[in-house]
Amino acid sequence: MTVIIGLEIHCQLNTNTKLFCGCSTDYRDDGPNTHVCPVCLGLPGSLPVLNRQAVVYALRVAKALHCEVPEFSEFARKNYFYPDLPKAFQITQYDKPLALGGYIEIEAEAGGEKRINLTRIHMEEDPGRLVHKGSGDRGRYTLVDYNRSGVPLIEIVTEPELSSPKEARRFLNKLRATLEYLGIYDSEREGSLRVDANISIKGYERVEVKNITSYKGVEKALTFEITRQKGMIRRNAQIVRETRHYQEARGVTTSARSKEMEHDYRYFPEPDLAPLQVSSWVEEIELPELPDTRRDRFMQQYGISLNHARTLTGDLRLAEFFEEVASGIPEVAAPWTADILLGELNYRDMPISKVPVPHFNALLEEVKKGTITDTSAVEILRLLLNQVMEGSTPEMPGAVIARLGLSKEEGGAFREIVASVLAENGPAVADQRAGKAGAINFLVGQVMKATRGRADPKEIARIIEDLLKE
Amino acid sequence: MVSKEDVAHIATIADIGVDESELELFTGQFNAILEYFGILDSVEGMGGATRSRSNVFRDDVVVPSLPHEEILKNSTDPEDGFIRAPRVI
Amino acid sequence: MGSKMSFDKPDPDNAFITLCREIDYQEGPLSGIPIAIKDNISTAGIQTTCGSKILKGYIPPYDAHVITLIRSAGGAIVGKTNMDEFGMGTTTESSAFGPTTNPVDPTRVPGGSSGGSAAAVASGLVRMALGTDTGGSIRCPASFCGIVGLKPTYGRVSRYGLIAYANSLEQIGPLARNVRDCALLYSCIAGYDPRDGTSLDLPAPTPLRSEIQGKRIGVPAEFFGEGVDPAVASVVQSGIQRLEELGAVIVPCSMPSMRYALAAYYVTSMSEASSNLGRYDGVRYGQAPDTVRSWHDAYSEIRRAGFGEEVRRRILLGSFALSAGYQGKYYAKAQAARQMVRDDFERLFESVDIIAGPTMPTVAFRLGETSDPLSMYLADILTVPANLAGVPALSVPCGTAHGMPVGLQLIGRHFAEDEILAAALAFEEGSA
Repeated sequence: MTVIIGLEIHCQLNTNTKLFCGCSTDYRDDGPNTHVCPVCLGLPGSLPVLNRQAVVYALRVAKALHCEVPEFSEFARKNYFYPDLPKAFQITQYDKPLALGGYIEIEAEAGGEKRINLTRIHMEEDPGRLVHKGSGDRGRYTLVDYNRSGVPLIEIVTEPELSSPKEARRFLNKLRATLEYLGIYDSEREGSLRVDANISIKGYERVEVKNITSYKGVEKALTFEITRQKGMIRRNAQIVRETRHYQEARGVTTSARSKEMEHDYRYFPEPDLAPLQVSSWVEEIELPELPDTRRDRFMQQYGISLNHARTLTGDLRLAEFFEEVASGIPEVAAPWTADILLGELNYRDMPISKVPVPHFNALLEEVKKGTITDTSAVEILRLLLNQVMEGSTPEMPGAVIARLGLSKEEGGAFREIVASVLAENGPAVADQRAGKAGAINFLVGQVMKATRGRADPKEIARIIEDLLKE
Repeated sequence: MVSKEDVAHIATIADIGVDESELELFTGQFNAILEYFGILDSVEGMGGATRSRSNVFRDDVVVPSLPHEEILKNSTDPEDGFIRAPRVI
Repeated sequence: MGSKMSFDKPDPDNAFITLCREIDYQEGPLSGIPIAIKDNISTAGIQTTCGSKILKGYIPPYDAHVITLIRSAGGAIVGKTNMDEFGMGTTTESSAFGPTTNPVDPTRVPGGSSGGSAAAVASGLVRMALGTDTGGSIRCPASFCGIVGLKPTYGRVSRYGLIAYANSLEQIGPLARNVRDCALLYSCIAGYDPRDGTSLDLPAPTPLRSEIQGKRIGVPAEFFGEGVDPAVASVVQSGIQRLEELGAVIVPCSMPSMRYALAAYYVTSMSEASSNLGRYDGVRYGQAPDTVRSWHDAYSEIRRAGFGEEVRRRILLGSFALSAGYQGKYYAKAQAARQMVRDDFERLFESVDIIAGPTMPTVAFRLGETSDPLSMYLADILTVPANLAGVPALSVPCGTAHGMPVGLQLIGRHFAEDEILAAALAFEEGSA
């Protein structure tokens, strides 16, 4: 059963002000309805005036994603009623969007690159935010915060060319990285990237899943929906063309009521906004280094592997962090950043921006010099991250090494400890003498435990064999 | 010709309540008015009234928002700074 | 430096919805002149209803751009005038606050939709007033009440704060008893406003002069066609003859697109209105919805109870004209027809300076005389072309028929307000 996925991604542009008024977009730390004016509240008589910067940002995306920018584009009204929509229409673009076509290349399942084509990119305004209150059929009501109303969005629509949730995740990671590199989007703003997905099994009806509010939820939502559709096909149940909502907390999709489907958006050109004629601007836009270019540069400049380069350039802040710490020792910095640090950060849900560069740098120096074992280095890294999380002043690795006595010592220093471990583990020693597999590993493990990881396991194994021969 | 059902359907889309008695009245009036609008059938081409200007922008500079009290002033029964609306779920 | 005045006059014609009894004003070109404002123009701190129950009690937190300009020019805003609900009418009878009567004959309507503003001026309650004109709503009541009214070029006066009925068609403009006052108020409100993206940055209006000598005045045959009361036609014809006597050159001409103009106007204005009026759901302002119901039911009920019949009729027709399957037949065709009207004006203005004809096909109707919507719409046939093309047009008194005032309409090129005001002044002086 072939899976067909198309995505619609809404991305908030990080302009200073909203799309059609001068209200600040920096509202997340403030109370409801504090960043609102007659325009974004839809007060009678207010008029929209287009933010030039939002158009520049959207064009930057269009150029980076290889889109065509038609000579004319225009805004249109999408008419529908919902309490988050203060004018009862959303100003968006309909049949004359800002950009057409374009593509993004992602890592293909079978290796190499796969090109995902885009349908279009258009600009629109974000609606407000709803909070559902009360309970019971008659007790429920809605509270509305219009701070988000009018924040500029771009909607990026893909062709239905993604074939698995994993590909969709890769696509979104690549897109997100590109948007960040372009400096038009802030991934740390909650809800700044939202996804709707069209999912079908080849030969069956298409289902739209809305309301995937975190890009991390996409893979889960898609996997659930595909499993649901495949299950229905196996049971010979009919898949109906419908809109479903993703319930983030439960990880399931649920059918939207059919009444909500009765839409006739009655699009027509927004009479208060002049058409756009901006195709000539595209040429003047200078793009920064984008993820693919930086990935190739990392491989060449630092001599690191494709996988490490891909991981390290997959997030703007991570790439910048790597460049800060990589200078002298890329061969150590690449695996320690891409494999170990990233894992520890994900485990703690901690952003890369919180990692103190001098500390991490010093740690890498110790690893490079061989003063500590990898096990000790990981222990120091964990301690460092925990100290940052707790808000206490992080210790420099040198101080930690001294305080905990983590210096890797020459094998001789451990002969006494090895001897006492052998003395305490008679049966294992007997097994080892009898040539039983695994006994040596057990003994090494006991010694490592006793030395709290400071010893090099290979060195210990050699000492054990030495002592047993005596 | 539009039917009573057509008018009722449009009333649903437009969120305009229409009484049963009015439905009859509106349907009759709409048919007369739409018949008059039918003169447009003889117009050649579609859409495209030229718009004289393009590219009207403002700069991305923050302008103070309305005071919070002004925003809530015309709404009924706000709660914790939010504006109250009917239920949607 | 501010001064105070009190305004406490009887209002027998029901010209006002809201009266301001005590008014502060500043020094300026309009210093201390009582000015009435149509109630679809937002006034901070003063109730603004659009003549609708749905906005009863709504107090805007901001001033429309024209209000800021009038206040800084020293004008004393004495109240908000009655109007057809949301500007949708030709009689001011569809107001939720009762009809306004015509000061010339109280058994007749003042015209609409700016009927309250026109009546306030014609009765002498105020020296000047602001109205708005989407399809003739300044010129019609000016004609019916025997005063002067100007609809400026689209984009000449900021619409910021004007509560929209049909955005692509409407303009704010002055009404006054004579051309000089009309031009004075116009000169105070014209100008660029960055908050209105359709507003134009043009030089200030030039001082009013009287000028008609050598002007080529086109008179389209269609302005005297079917539906025009012969008595009205003859009064206007003699007015045009007077223009010729004053030195103008009369050029008979034709405007074939007039055939489509009214349908194009109504389809466009109803479509835009159906979208503009969606926001009245009682949530952010206006009568509160019942939060116990789900939102569709609550909104439908608020909008059933809050809007009058004509407004609901136009919202429904506009929604229909934009709906799937019908947009191509109505809205798209109306835009093509609109372009034909623009092209006609452009062609005519290559050979004439001003186009003249009657403002309205009849004199003021009797109250309650016209109840059929379509025949009411037909009364707008002579005023809508200027809105479709965005060109300036005014109505100036030109005599009487059946004992009621008749208006002469003068239409100019884009941004040629000065030229039609100069001609109107010459006409007014020549008629005196």
